[in-house]
Amino acid sequence: MMTEQNQAEHVIEVKDMVKKYGDFLANDNLSFFVRRGEIFGFLGANGAGKTTAMKILCGLSAPTSGSVNVAGYDVKMHPEKVKRSIGYMSQKFSLYDDLTVFENIRLFGAIYRLPAKEIKKRSHDMLKELGLFEERNRLIGNLSLGWKQKLAFSVAVLHKPQIVFLDEPTSGVDPVTRRQFWEMIYEAAAEGITVFVTTHYLDEAEYCDRLTVMVDGRIEALGTPRKLKEQFECFTMNEVFLKLTRPKQ
Amino acid sequence: MRTLYYLLQKEFIQIYRNKTILRLIFVIPVVQLLILVNAATLEMKNIKLSVVNHDHSPLSNRLITGLDASPFFILDQPGESTFKAKEKIESGSADLVLVIPDDFESDVMAGKPVQAQLLANAVNSQQAQLGYSYIQRVLLDIVQDFHLELVGESPAKTINSTYSYWYNPELNYKHFMVPGILVVLVSVVGMFLSAMNLVREKEMGTIEQINVTPVRKTHFIVAKLLPFLAIGLFELGLGLAIGWIIYGVPMEGSLWLVFGIATLYLIGLLGLGLLLSTFSSSQQQVTFVSYFFLLVFILMSGIFTSVDNMPEWGQKVNLINPFYYFIDVMRAILLKGACLSDLWRQVISISVLAFSLFAFAVLNYRKTN
Repeated sequence: MMTEQNQAEHVIEVKDMVKKYGDFLANDNLSFFVRRGEIFGFLGANGAGKTTAMKILCGLSAPTSGSVNVAGYDVKMHPEKVKRSIGYMSQKFSLYDDLTVFENIRLFGAIYRLPAKEIKKRSHDMLKELGLFEERNRLIGNLSLGWKQKLAFSVAVLHKPQIVFLDEPTSGVDPVTRRQFWEMIYEAAAEGITVFVTTHYLDEAEYCDRLTVMVDGRIEALGTPRKLKEQFECFTMNEVFLKLTRPKQ
Repeated sequence: MRTLYYLLQKEFIQIYRNKTILRLIFVIPVVQLLILVNAATLEMKNIKLSVVNHDHSPLSNRLITGLDASPFFILDQPGESTFKAKEKIESGSADLVLVIPDDFESDVMAGKPVQAQLLANAVNSQQAQLGYSYIQRVLLDIVQDFHLELVGESPAKTINSTYSYWYNPELNYKHFMVPGILVVLVSVVGMFLSAMNLVREKEMGTIEQINVTPVRKTHFIVAKLLPFLAIGLFELGLGLAIGWIIYGVPMEGSLWLVFGIATLYLIGLLGLGLLLSTFSSSQQQVTFVSYFFLLVFILMSGIFTSVDNMPEWGQKVNLINPFYYFIDVMRAILLKGACLSDLWRQVISISVLAFSLFAFAVLNYRKTN
């Protein structure tokens, strides 16, 4: 009974996860868990191993060793089952430029096996909310980056996944759009979707329920923003981050 | 199945929106068939011949007239200097030089053996050899005629063979080339387009978004290949129509059989294109590798030269060359009217190649690295 409850609670469980590329250790013995409904931040400098870890969690890449459970399935054994329960949006914008807004939504809706009616209804609601309804027949390639990112996020949660993975979703967009983007993240979390997000904007780190800081493939700190600030005796996450990542003198 | 339908819809929309590819699909077959079929000819016409006439007799003049009348030669003004004629070969204004000796006519009349010298530019060895045999034939004919008129009988009883060319009675080289060019056309379109398509998704980053979804990889691959299969068959139809209307290529056999085998063949080539694209990470790479395969396959296939003349190892290589089988099949069906019972060996080979290439492509495409 007890363990079952724990599993329901922890929608992601990672134990001693290692990923090697030849001699290079991209992920060095990572262990952490993510609770259902949480906004979980993954911080680190470029090349710290954030994207590698996220790709393993999504079933895009297999871990060298360790156990990784996502949405109740072992990622190594059942990557396709995991994929059914998650949404994913990467820093490299990834809707089809040569399809229209609606065609993209329809395609991904169908891939997640939503009925045609449901696709229509959800895309209608989503586009109305985004204020993109009038643009539904425009090619994605003609939209601004900010719109593309917001749309990509909406498509990633269209099928109401248990977890949505966001890989530096706000890189390159203006502060206003970033703000709006985070409002969308909060809305998704309020609907019960667990959000796993990597970023290197440290103001965004403050918005997370809990976060980890990765340095050179290892997790150097893990906790709520407040706890981390206390632990490292800093006023902002920025200082925590610099303290952890700056080369030791 | 519903997912497959939407994936197919996506691919067709994307092809339709890519105006460059759309235009190429229509332009390539027309250009290839109109230009290549005429250019890629082995018929020897227009060989530049220069005659050095030392004899100035009625017989030597008759010989020159005879050569001039031949469609194979372009004759320039007969000269008298062998040295000058050699210069013409060096400068390229003559391919062949025929030197008629001093006592040509009188030797023939006396029944002595006659020797005429032929100089050939053998850089193009085929042209030199063919030119040599053409000239010898004309020479022999004229000398024999001359003899006949003179003494009322041929110098020697020769065995004459009569001939009849089957399946291509007019020896129309174009009828031979059209099926071959069609194969190249269908292959280039199928292989390049399918290879480029998947790699493009890799370059754009969209493949990652697809790989993170629960889409079945067979669905994804089938959706990638079916549109190009359709385009390939459309190209074949268009090409056949052009071949029939412009070159009068006979369609002796069943067109159903042509399209049936073409479908099998395309599955293999599309599989190969896809396989190459699973190994490549950029359009540049995949273009380069596809080009290599196409070139080897085409040149080995027997489209220009007879496969039987190849060294044994070359013929062995052709056992895994889909072009070789398909060109063979196309010529046999279109020119000879062959049917399935004549071609079952080739059909089995194409099927085995198609199945293996396709299976290998599917296995090698991984959603998880």
